[in-house]
Amino acid sequence: MTCSEFLALLDDLIDNEVNVATRTELEEHLHGCDHCEVTLNTTRKTIEIYRSHEIYDLPSDLRERLHAAIMERCKKGC
Amino acid sequence: MATIQPIAGENEQHPDIALVEKVRAGDISAYDELVRKYERQIFRISQHITQNREDAEDVMQDAFLKAYEKLDQFQGNSKFYTWLVRIAVNESLMRLRKRRTGKMVSIDEDVETEEGSVPRDLADWAPDPEQNYTQSEMNEILRKTIQGLPPGFRVVFELRDVQGLSTEETAEALGLSVPAVKSRLLRARLQLRERLSRYFKRKKGGEK
Repeated sequence: MTCSEFLALLDDLIDNEVNVATRTELEEHLHGCDHCEVTLNTTRKTIEIYRSHEIYDLPSDLRERLHAAIMERCKKGC
Repeated sequence: MATIQPIAGENEQHPDIALVEKVRAGDISAYDELVRKYERQIFRISQHITQNREDAEDVMQDAFLKAYEKLDQFQGNSKFYTWLVRIAVNESLMRLRKRRTGKMVSIDEDVETEEGSVPRDLADWAPDPEQNYTQSEMNEILRKTIQGLPPGFRVVFELRDVQGLSTEETAEALGLSVPAVKSRLLRARLQLRERLSRYFKRKKGGEK
């Protein structure tokens, strides 16, 4: 397996959507290829970091204000 | 056992459907529950597309109002949230068009970028890259990094990887094909990885 072939299957590997035979091939490639191992690990870490940070936080006062406005309009019939 | 989640059968109704039915029967508090359940996610999607806080606030409000107004059109053959995201995405795009004085803005525009097709920066990251930054510095880095991506990439990454929607649900919410979602997701992941590497890569010679 080449690095390009590995890269084409990177998402399926991350999302756990590869069959046993393909997984074995991917793992064999990873075993001898530091570049692809780094790519896989850091891509996984990228997802994990975005998942664990609330980058656009909604402040509670704004939430309440918008919420009240929505409810007010809906009561009147939107 | 409490830890084992029941597997949703085809006939099992999503809890949102019961809430939608209550709203249709005139129970406004059920809509209140739906708004509270999804307001953060809708706000984030609006931010990802509009890249503007004021616009995102307006979009969030308009999307929930429009969803209420159109509730009769919700067929129940998709998840309520998927349907809601589609409304929010359309509202966000309309807002962008206004800001760009009528210029068409589309989520399904396939952006060909050289970047991210082949990883260039292959330096490994520090074992715990987050420890070198405060929480607010981290959020700033993450915002700056994702803002550099095309809107169609940002929103696919948000729905699939942050909010955990399936590829099919993401495709439905955005009005894209499954292969288009897959292609954008791979490029979004690789481009974000590449850009974050500038901050997180392991420094040489013991530098901090």
